[in-house]
Amino acid sequence: MKEFTPAPDSASIVSVTDRVKPVALGMSVTSVQFLRDRAAFVGGEENVKFVDAKGEITTVAVHSGGILSTASDGKRILMGGDDGKVVSLDAKGDVTLLATDPKRRWIDAVALHADGAFAWSAGKVATVKSGKNEEKSLEVPSTVGGLAFAPKGLRLAIAHYNGATLWFPNMEGSAEFLPWAGSHHAVTFSPDNKFLVTAMHEPALHGWRLADNRHMRMTGYPGRVRSMSWSAGGKGLATSGADTVIIWPFASKDGPMGKEPAMLAPLQARVSVVACHPKNDILACGYGDGTVLMVRLEDGAEILVRRNGTPPVAAIAWNAKGTLLAFADENGDGGLLEL
Amino acid sequence: MSEATSQKIPVTVLTGYLGAGKTTLLNRILSENHGKKYAVIVNEFGEIGIDNDLIIGADEEVFEMNNGCICCTVRGDLVRIMDGLMKRKGKFDAIIVETTGLADPAPVAQTFFVDEDVQKNARLDAVVTVADAKWLSDRLKDAPEAKNQIAFADVIVLNKTDLVNKGELAEVEARIRGINPYAKLHRTERCSVALADVLDRGAFDLDRILDIEPDFLEAGDHDHDHDHHHHHGDDHHHHDHGHGHGLKHYHDEDMQSLSLKTDKPLDPNVFMPWLQNLVQVEGGKILRSKGILAFHDDDDRYVFQGVHMMLEGNHQRKWKDGEPRESRLVFIGRELPEKAIREGFESCIVS
Repeated sequence: MKEFTPAPDSASIVSVTDRVKPVALGMSVTSVQFLRDRAAFVGGEENVKFVDAKGEITTVAVHSGGILSTASDGKRILMGGDDGKVVSLDAKGDVTLLATDPKRRWIDAVALHADGAFAWSAGKVATVKSGKNEEKSLEVPSTVGGLAFAPKGLRLAIAHYNGATLWFPNMEGSAEFLPWAGSHHAVTFSPDNKFLVTAMHEPALHGWRLADNRHMRMTGYPGRVRSMSWSAGGKGLATSGADTVIIWPFASKDGPMGKEPAMLAPLQARVSVVACHPKNDILACGYGDGTVLMVRLEDGAEILVRRNGTPPVAAIAWNAKGTLLAFADENGDGGLLEL
Repeated sequence: MSEATSQKIPVTVLTGYLGAGKTTLLNRILSENHGKKYAVIVNEFGEIGIDNDLIIGADEEVFEMNNGCICCTVRGDLVRIMDGLMKRKGKFDAIIVETTGLADPAPVAQTFFVDEDVQKNARLDAVVTVADAKWLSDRLKDAPEAKNQIAFADVIVLNKTDLVNKGELAEVEARIRGINPYAKLHRTERCSVALADVLDRGAFDLDRILDIEPDFLEAGDHDHDHDHHHHHGDDHHHHDHGHGHGLKHYHDEDMQSLSLKTDKPLDPNVFMPWLQNLVQVEGGKILRSKGILAFHDDDDRYVFQGVHMMLEGNHQRKWKDGEPRESRLVFIGRELPEKAIREGFESCIVS
């Protein structure tokens, strides 16, 4: 994109802050997803607020309490709440109740599969519902920290204490335990289905090469990694947790083993959220001081999207085409940028 | 500091052996007309008879941190629950964590030391231990958990005092004091204790590590700048016992407290490495530690506190004119190597 190159006489980085349409959501925000071309900002509790290209806000009630977990495939958002409910929200704004925990336990994690299957967890039990098949549940040794579907086949990764469990819900006795000491939270498969990566409670990622379960330790973060995003084509995994965006290389068959990560967009603040562009080698990132940048992966060139001086950026996302960027800080002050 | 602290949500940890009366105390706190909303975290397998809007079932999952420190255990479920609760900020004023009767309070406390996100939003206020006046003496003999809970406490609610006679009460108090002379002790029937005595204690607030004198030495000492609500009349037992005279002195075989004091300045370049090393090597045995320190060539008081191997400390304020520049340290723990600790401490004094 030509925007990354500053004018020859420019002293600072390129800024597009004046092209951002401000959005005042008036609620605490924990994530944002695009459903078609509307940004859906997920609140800390009760509501999702749609924002269209004109900046018009529509509020949809989804939970009667805190919204604890979110996953999206671009067609709908799946959410789990502290009301024990799993609900989905589609692009039209229709809410569907998919499941209720019989004991109203918190729904700590959710995951969505490209073919429509979905999964959730409450306590130590992960449950999968696929099409018309009945629900299948698996209890793991400790509380589930995160869930992710593999890009191929109906296979679920369940992160928990001391490792992760891989499970084919439709195959009896298929659960395979990948051990690694510590508490594992968010989990993600590489888009090529070759690697599994977890974000740990300690400031580190852990990875397994699925062909031989070889370990990959990705350490050196000053803070916990709360946001991970695969770059276009799955060549790199961009992460929050440091005062630069850390991008681990996954293009070769060994993944990041024995390699240094790329460190882009250093600031005097910690990266809080990252979102890679769906098509180009660009990412957008938000910081603890409210800054939002777009960064070109190739050379680290930066464009300023939002200045610092606000609460931490809590949510950031691109639409599927990569033409719209949405973001918001913890207090719900955000913006939309059309490229 | 105090402003930032006050914005954080206070968390009270309620411990006590099975049947001591934790749930009674919890219900008492919740039902009192205080106008505050509490989020209550209870064990999901425990008996729940609690009347509150926001009750979260926890499973007391303890895990070891991957930092090579074996006693550095945290409550993983608490990390998760605190994260979820923070999405509902504004819906509650304080959090109470009720542990099971067999729980060790250390992982709960350590969660507040090590977890960055928990620390950002919440502060540990105090560990309140409910003890059964009739049965505690027996439990101290056969239940290491009960002993841990007494040793760890900032506040001890000695409950069911109506079920024992005066002699038995003196006996159980002496046993408690043999383990932990520093906790505030309140004698109660049916946990009837003033809320101000169990809530908002600031026991883990470095700015409020003021009196680390044993509780029963405080008779006549009315320098209670944070004890505004001292209306429940527990002072009388202080006077009864004077400065501990007449109290039977029990020395618990394996759990003790150790207090160190000097009016000579300490050398920070010797003391700090010594303290760090002490908790690294003996942290498994040291449950709690606290100190107010006077360093050589330093006009500021230094305060610290610790749980097992974890320490936090800071310069607190200037020494006041006329205030004796004394250093005082307290350790509560199991099989403390007293001689080594005393000798180590002596070596930190500027000669």
